[in-house]
Amino acid sequence: MICQESRNLIHPYLDGELDLVRSLEIEAHLKDCQTCAQAYNELRSLHSAVSDTAMRFKPPAALRNRVRSAVRNEGGVMNRSLRLSWRWIIPAVSLAVLVIVALSLLALLSRPSTNDLKAQEIVSSHVRSLMEKHLTDVPSSDQHTVKPWFDGRLDFSPPVKDLASAGFSLVGGRLDYIGNRPVAALVYQHRQHYINVFVWPSTGASDASGRAFVRQGYNLINWSNSGMNYWAISDLNLAELQQFVQLLQKDSAAVRFQIRMSNNAREDHFSVSNLCTESTAHET
Amino acid sequence: MTQRGSCLQEENKTAQFEAIALPHFDAAYNLARWLVRDDHDAEDVVQEAYLRAFRFFGGYRGGDSRSWLLTIVRNTCYTWLQQNRSRELSEPIDDKLDEVGISTENPETILLQTVDAQLVRQALEELPIEFREVLIMREMEDLSYKQISTIGDLPIGTVMSRLARGRKRLRELLASSMRKEALD
Repeated sequence: MICQESRNLIHPYLDGELDLVRSLEIEAHLKDCQTCAQAYNELRSLHSAVSDTAMRFKPPAALRNRVRSAVRNEGGVMNRSLRLSWRWIIPAVSLAVLVIVALSLLALLSRPSTNDLKAQEIVSSHVRSLMEKHLTDVPSSDQHTVKPWFDGRLDFSPPVKDLASAGFSLVGGRLDYIGNRPVAALVYQHRQHYINVFVWPSTGASDASGRAFVRQGYNLINWSNSGMNYWAISDLNLAELQQFVQLLQKDSAAVRFQIRMSNNAREDHFSVSNLCTESTAHET
Repeated sequence: MTQRGSCLQEENKTAQFEAIALPHFDAAYNLARWLVRDDHDAEDVVQEAYLRAFRFFGGYRGGDSRSWLLTIVRNTCYTWLQQNRSRELSEPIDDKLDEVGISTENPETILLQTVDAQLVRQALEELPIEFREVLIMREMEDLSYKQISTIGDLPIGTVMSRLARGRKRLRELLASSMRKEALD
């Protein structure tokens, strides 16, 4: 073994992460090479200095109890409401019905807030994917590499399209986690801009008309079709992101595409001309 | 009857959660304290993390409970840092940078046995969070590369290179602070 190799393996060796053969090779090398042996000893003493129990922070004694009672409180919220005596049941139920009716009315009148929450989650995931240099798990511009990669990692198979000819090149795919479930993230690049497309099976009805959101300077478009829910996000301008979404949707059956601005203040429905002409032909 | 039934169920859930999550309390606090670097903030973060874990407990499917809990603790720390001290997260390190390896160019050996624990602690706190967290998880919590990769949501290769680079930087920080001490 040469020193270069030993330098790469010395950390996993120290951490007990090497297989037996490699470990023996390293051991043999350390016997022969004084420089590497010295470096190894240094690493070991660094390890024992850091792993010393004096280095740990101990939680203050009261904290454990504080956390425990906070958890019990959280768990007890439901209990207490169940212990309500019968005397209160009827007014409580009527009040609950009233509240539910009021809330559904409110939900009908305003944009559902679950979408807002989701949008927030999508923005965080997008930002994180760019921040941590962790854009893709499977970097590839080949849709036939990216699509099978998700097999066995997800319980669904996301549609993957390469749109390089239209200027949106596929960069790769990634596993992400949105709304308490693992989802597929497809990454595209347009000039210097990255686009994340999050895909997971939808539970609701198909709704190919897109909803556009603006959050923290990012444009988001949400739509669903063929049983899949889609969110596209990018720092691209809305027009270009729309164009991208249309291309993604192009040969799927449901092609009616409308953009509604989510801002309650302005809610303009406008349809995209070329797609609409296509869609009228397809629509039943 | 149903009232008693769901009370019992709820009590069961809390007891189960406590049995699974509380044994990792020390590890949770230690990780949080090293990530947010403040006693009070760490306490808040740990409490928040446990509440979150309790809410997500339905999604826990058995297995490595320590990794499960520490993942939530780490995420809570990052959320907290993003909200309160986003500057600490604003300069992500470059994982492609090649500074892996051991420094043999510097023949001066540090005798760490003689290093004051306070100096080691200080040097660790100065490390960028990406290096600090893998070192804490590896050296203090004795977690495997696989577990660190799960908790930190990082490829194993990145875990390995961050450990190597983190150790190298730590060694340099220590060497320089020891030199400073020697001068004083």
